[in-house]
Amino acid sequence: MADTSVVARDMANLGIAPAKTHVADPTKRDFLKLIQLAGAAIGVGAIAWPFINSMNPSKDVLAVSSLEVDLTPIVVGQGITVLWRGKPIFVRHRTPKEIEEATSVTMAQLSDPATDASRTQPGEAQWIVLVGICTHLGCIPVGNKPTDARGEWGGWFCPCHGSQYDTSGRVRHGPAPANLAVPPYAFESPTKIKIG
Amino acid sequence: MAGLHKSEFANPVVNWVDTRLPIFTFMQKEYGTFPTPKNFNYLWNFGALLMVNLMIMIVTGIFLAMNYQPNVATAFDSVQHIMRDVNYGWLLRYVHQNGASMFFIVVFIHIFRGMYYGSYKAPRELLWMFGVTLLLLMMATAFMGYVLPWGQMSYWGATVITNLFSAFPIVGGPIVTWLWGGFSVDNPTLNRFFSLHYLLPFVITGVSFLHVAALHITGSNNPLGIDVKSPQDTLPFHPYYTAKDSVGLCVYLLVFALIVFFAPGMLGDPLNSVPANPLQTPAEIVPEWYFLPFYAILRSVPSKLGGVLMMFGSIAVLFVLPWLDTSKIRSARFRPVYRQLIWVWVLSVIVLGMVGGHRPEGIWVVLGRVATAYYFLHFLVILPVLGKLERPLPLPESISRPVLSLGGGPLPGGATAKPMEKV
Ligand code: HEM
Ligand code: FES
Repeated sequence: MADTSVVARDMANLGIAPAKTHVADPTKRDFLKLIQLAGAAIGVGAIAWPFINSMNPSKDVLAVSSLEVDLTPIVVGQGITVLWRGKPIFVRHRTPKEIEEATSVTMAQLSDPATDASRTQPGEAQWIVLVGICTHLGCIPVGNKPTDARGEWGGWFCPCHGSQYDTSGRVRHGPAPANLAVPPYAFESPTKIKIG
Repeated sequence: MAGLHKSEFANPVVNWVDTRLPIFTFMQKEYGTFPTPKNFNYLWNFGALLMVNLMIMIVTGIFLAMNYQPNVATAFDSVQHIMRDVNYGWLLRYVHQNGASMFFIVVFIHIFRGMYYGSYKAPRELLWMFGVTLLLLMMATAFMGYVLPWGQMSYWGATVITNLFSAFPIVGGPIVTWLWGGFSVDNPTLNRFFSLHYLLPFVITGVSFLHVAALHITGSNNPLGIDVKSPQDTLPFHPYYTAKDSVGLCVYLLVFALIVFFAPGMLGDPLNSVPANPLQTPAEIVPEWYFLPFYAILRSVPSKLGGVLMMFGSIAVLFVLPWLDTSKIRSARFRPVYRQLIWVWVLSVIVLGMVGGHRPEGIWVVLGRVATAYYFLHFLVILPVLGKLERPLPLPESISRPVLSLGGGPLPGGATAKPMEKV
């Protein structure tokens, strides 16, 4: 802090000859400032992280992970909605006509191309399992009941902004940018699946 | 542009804002160039530490509140959930819990500093009274916070403290029922305590601003207790005291971190890890350590109303301290008798703290009564009389004098109230 002239004066008073004249080096100062700034940024980040991370899902939320669904009550042509991790999951028993529609589409007709086989389990084409959340802004599309307005492609219709999904849950029309997601699940037996 | 503030900042954005709302000029004036006595010792760090501590409490508290549930059925479990399941929840809670203890350690030292160097005397009486108000608000906040985890100590602490008001004749009973929102400490009590525990820290923030505003009118006291006479007696707050405060801050954070990471349960009562049980009072019930001296006063008086009045009186007497102390000399350095007796008073507070932590049996009863008597004797008898009898040592002419005569040599010419050049 003390400027060089004062130091020089004090040294002169004490009879000490300066070894060599001190020259201010601005690049040194810049370097120190950068180091200081970087140090402060690391410190602030390290302190902020526990606070930010405390808002992420806690361990008990993560622990609620899997759900078993009995398929026997679901008749052909009908779907049900179950709750998994706070989200609606559609489980639909497709008719042969619906399967046929889902598999015969060419990829060129789809805005988010995916084959029906990639969205079902091998040998279980009659079952389609989807996260029932519209990929536009999160509403729940209708279409599980045969009497519901299922839209032009016979799958699901989103009442919020008119997105339509086919019988494989792929988006065919409307503002939604992507297909309904397929959650991780496996067949425990021919009549029971485990989601998660 | 008539009537607008003329900003002197070179940066055009800063200048634009500052012309319309001079917050930069304000900060520069109050925390940059603010002329500060140049002879501060480390006891002058504690105000800044209190500000930091308050911020820590508010931030950790807000994040705790995101997971805490103020309901008797779920409160205890929600705190355990914070400790076990929430990411870094244990850290948030340990910092908040031990932060309350740190807060009181710091505020007690801060108050002692004021008493030793006579900072409460004219013209700083109002500043001092805002400070005592802050102490009361802190106590209320900490008490209500301690109820929230809904352990045995929470429950029985809340019961005992709210029942203090039952000591008042006629109105006592209805007041207690009103405080509880029922006929015992129960869900309505917990809900309102949570609401108030969230609110009061922001009231504390507001009163702190008044406290500091008053400080910036009178200027700081200093270890010599004499007025600033010329710019030679001062240094600009920045960088001199920002740097000195940073040193203290590092030590404070080090102590804080040692407690949080190595002994987080040291200052707490393990009984509060047992869920509240309205049908069983624990065998040993003690408040948090920072309330022990006041608790000891309460128990030392063999009368219900008397004990309550003396306990409140032990804080109330601080409000009128500026008028009880009749000496015009501020710093204890120049008051040879006061300088000894202030330590006897400190001893009486420490003894009271120890008494508060023991069952009122045998020697502890006697010690409690003697220490309580001395506590009040100091304020009500010794200080008024001593101011008249004591013969003070000669005061130095100015702050610069003794600093220079201590062999510091002439200070560099730049070290006056002038703002430092920006390098
Ligand atoms: C003046 C500042 C504050 C003080 C002195 C203070 C003090 C305390 C104390 C002593 C406890 C009990 C700790 C325990 O034994 O677990 C507590 C708990 C709590 N405080 Fe504060 N607090 C302050 C500010 C805040 C603020 C601003 C909030 C924001 C909402 C808050 C939210 C909480 C919550 C949710 C709990 C219950 C969780 C727990 O027990 O750890 N506090 N507080
Ligand atoms: S949310 Fe489904 S279409 Fe907008």
